[in-house]
Amino acid sequence: MFYREAGDFKTSYAEDNQTFPVKFDRYRYYAVLFMGFAIIPFLINDYWVNAIFLPFLIYSIAAIGLNILTGYCGQVSLGTGGFMAVGAYGCYKLMTAFPDVSILIHVLLAGGITGIVCVVFGLPSLRIKGFYLAVATLAAQFFLVWLFNRVPWFYNYSASGQINAPERTIFGIEVTGPNTEAWATYLFCLVILTVCALIARNLTRGMQGRQWMAIRDMDIAAEIIGVNPLKAKISAFAVSGFFVGIAGALFFAVYLGAAEAGDSFGITKSFLVLFMIIIGGLGSIFGSFAGAAFLVLLPVFLKNVLVGTLGWPTDLAAHLEFIIVGGLIIMFLILEPHGLAQLWRVAKEKLRLWPFPH
Amino acid sequence: MKLKLASLALGMTVAAAPAMADLVFPSLSYRTGPFAAGGIPFADGYADYFTLLNERDGGIGGELARVPECETAYNTEKGVECYEATKDDGALIYQPLSTGITYQLIPKVTADNIPMHTMGYGRTSAKNGKVFSHVFNYPANYWDGASAGVNHFLEQSGGSLEGKKITLLHFNGAYGREPIPTLEALAEKHGFDFNAIPIDYPGQEQKSQWLQIRRERPDFILFWGWGVMNQVAIQEAANIRFNMENFMGIWWSGSENDVKPAGMGADGYKSVQFHNVGSDFPVFDDIRKYVVDAGKAAGAGDQVGTVLYNRGVYAAFLAAEAAKQAQAANGVSEIDSGMMRDAMESLSITAETMEAAGLPNFGPEFTISCENHGGEGMAAIAQWNASTEEWSLISEFAPADASVVGPLIEADSAAYAAESNITPGCS
Repeated sequence: MFYREAGDFKTSYAEDNQTFPVKFDRYRYYAVLFMGFAIIPFLINDYWVNAIFLPFLIYSIAAIGLNILTGYCGQVSLGTGGFMAVGAYGCYKLMTAFPDVSILIHVLLAGGITGIVCVVFGLPSLRIKGFYLAVATLAAQFFLVWLFNRVPWFYNYSASGQINAPERTIFGIEVTGPNTEAWATYLFCLVILTVCALIARNLTRGMQGRQWMAIRDMDIAAEIIGVNPLKAKISAFAVSGFFVGIAGALFFAVYLGAAEAGDSFGITKSFLVLFMIIIGGLGSIFGSFAGAAFLVLLPVFLKNVLVGTLGWPTDLAAHLEFIIVGGLIIMFLILEPHGLAQLWRVAKEKLRLWPFPH
Repeated sequence: MKLKLASLALGMTVAAAPAMADLVFPSLSYRTGPFAAGGIPFADGYADYFTLLNERDGGIGGELARVPECETAYNTEKGVECYEATKDDGALIYQPLSTGITYQLIPKVTADNIPMHTMGYGRTSAKNGKVFSHVFNYPANYWDGASAGVNHFLEQSGGSLEGKKITLLHFNGAYGREPIPTLEALAEKHGFDFNAIPIDYPGQEQKSQWLQIRRERPDFILFWGWGVMNQVAIQEAANIRFNMENFMGIWWSGSENDVKPAGMGADGYKSVQFHNVGSDFPVFDDIRKYVVDAGKAAGAGDQVGTVLYNRGVYAAFLAAEAAKQAQAANGVSEIDSGMMRDAMESLSITAETMEAAGLPNFGPEFTISCENHGGEGMAAIAQWNASTEEWSLISEFAPADASVVGPLIEADSAAYAAESNITPGCS
C-alpha cells in the first residue's frame, strides 16, 4: 500500500537511476540520516558512543571495504585484521610525525597507504583463486602483524610496543585522545561512514562494480566480454584496502586510543569482519551495516540484559552470549544463506504486494 | 539501519543503572577466555575481601562497598565497554588486570579523574607520578620483577653472570614485551647474553619456542606468561628436562594452576612475588567464616589461599586502605574518586596496617608520594614444592636495581609526556 513504485513518476534518467527508486525507501533513508546527524548527537553520552556507536560505525566501514572485495569481486580475503593494522599504524606514524595536520587528512592518507599495501598483497589473486587466495591473504595477516611487532620504528620505539593516540583535532575540535566529546567522535565517524557508503554504493552500481561482479560470477566469461581481470581485481583490492584502512585508523585513533598489533588486529578480527559480511549479506551495502550491527550490538545487548537486568554471574552470561550469538548465526545461515540483506529484500517484495496476497 | 534503531530502543531500557550511595570498586574481571585460569581466582579474592569488610565490619567507615563485575575476557574492546558502563556509577578505582586495557585507560582515567591501580602490571613507567597523575603501580612493577629475577640468578651463579645466557620467554603482547628494555640494560651491566623468544596469543602451542631453547641452551630462563601458556611452558620445560632451578616466572606465571598440571616435573620451579604466599593468615579464617561458609563467595569458594586469590585479596586490601585514608583525610565517609586519588598518592602501608587487616607480613612496607607511584619495588622469590603442593618464599623481600630501573622509567615517562603534551609536575 505504502511501499510501491506505482504512482511515483520519474521524469528524468537521473531520477530513474537513483539509489532508492521507491518513495517510501527514500523517505526512510532521509529519516535515518536525519536521526543520525541531527538527533542522536544531542542525546549521546560516553557509554553510548564508546560501547555501541563507534564500534558499529567503524566495523561498518570495514565491512563495506571487505564486501567490495569479497562480496562484489569474489576475492576471499582473510587479511582484514592485518590491513586494519596498516591503517592504524599508518595513522599513528602520520599523527606523531605531523602533529599540526588535521586528523581527517591523516585518516584518509592512512586509507591510501592501506590501499597500496592491499594491492601488493592482492597481486597473487591474478594467479590463484578461492581457498588458495584465502591462504595467501592469511599470510598477509600474519606477516603484517609480525612486522608491526617486530620493527620498533612502527611504534616509535616505545617500551611495550603499544601505540597511543595523542590528542588531534579537526577544525579545532578534539576527536582523538582522552578529552573528546561524545558527539564529536560520533559525528566524525558518522560523516566518514556516510561518505564511504555513498562512494561504495555508487561504485558498485556503476561500470566498475559491474566489472567486479562479472569477475566474481565467472572470470573467464568476463575476460571474453572485455573485462580486464588485472584492472578489475587490483582496483577491488585498492578500494577495499582504502576503506579497511580508514576503518583501522578510526578503530585505533578514535575508538580504542591505544592498540597493539597482535591484540587488536589479530586473526580474530579478520574472521569477525568476514562473518559480518556473510551474515549481513555478500554483495550488499545494506548487508555490511546489518552484519556489523548484528555482531557488535547483539553481544552488548545480551550482556546488558543478562548481567544488568537479570543480575546473572558475568561468566555465565559471557558463555551464554557465545551460545546465543553462535546459535543465531547458524539459524540465519540455514534459514537465509544470503544473509540479512536477503531477508530485507524479501520483506520489500512482500511489502510491495501488501495487503494483497498475490 | 533499522536494526540499529531497534537495538537502540531496546538498549535504552537496560543501560540505565541505579545509582546508590555506596563505595564502588568495579572489577573488570575475566572468567572466560584463555586467561580465565588467572582471572577467576583474582576476581574471587577481590570481591570476597570487600564482602568480608561488609559482613564483618559493616563496610569501610560505615559505607558498604559494592563490587560490580564486568567481564572483559582480556579483550581491549570489551574493556572499553566495561569502563564506560561502570564509570558513571561512582567508581572509585579501576584495576583492569590487563596491560592492554591499562594502556587504553591511562588517558581516559586521567581525563575522568578516577585513579587506576595496576598492581604488578600495566605501564611500568607509571611509577613516575609526575607524568601519570592517576595511575599507580605499587608495590612493584615488571622492571622491578625483571631485576629481582636477574639478582637471584646472579646470587645462584656465585655473583657473576659474565658469559651466561638468559632467555626471556614472553607473551607476544604489551605485557610480555614490557621487561625487555630492563633486561637489555641489565645484560649490558652484568655482561650476560640476552635474547627474547615471543609466544603468540593464546600460547597453547609452544613446540617451536622450546625447540629454540633446546638449541640455544640458555643458562637461565625468565618467563612472562599468563593463562594457558603458563601450564604449557612449564610442561614443555619438564619435557626437555630443563633444570627447574634455573626457570623463573614473573608473579603472573607462578600460581598453583600453572605448576600442578606438570606434576612432579614442575618441582623446583621459581617465581618472583611481591606479596606473601600460603593461606596461613588470619584474614583467610575470617573469609572462610563470614564469606565462604555464609554462601556469599564470589566464585566457587575453592580458591582461598591460592597465590592469585591472595593477590586479589591484596589488591582489595590496598584499595580499602586507600579508601579508609581518604575518609580520614576528608572527614567524610562518602568519598569520591578525586579524594581516593589523593589518598593513594599519600598512601602508606606499614606492618601495623597489615597486621590490623589480618595480613601480617603479607607484603612489603611502602609509602607513596607524587614522585613515586610505585613504592619501593620490593620483590621476593618463591619456589614450588611439588610433593607438598605448596609455594614458599625462599628469599626476603629485596629492592630492585634502582640504578638500572630508575633511568629507564624516567626516559619512558618523558617520552609519554612529550607524546601526550603533559607537563610533568606535582600539583
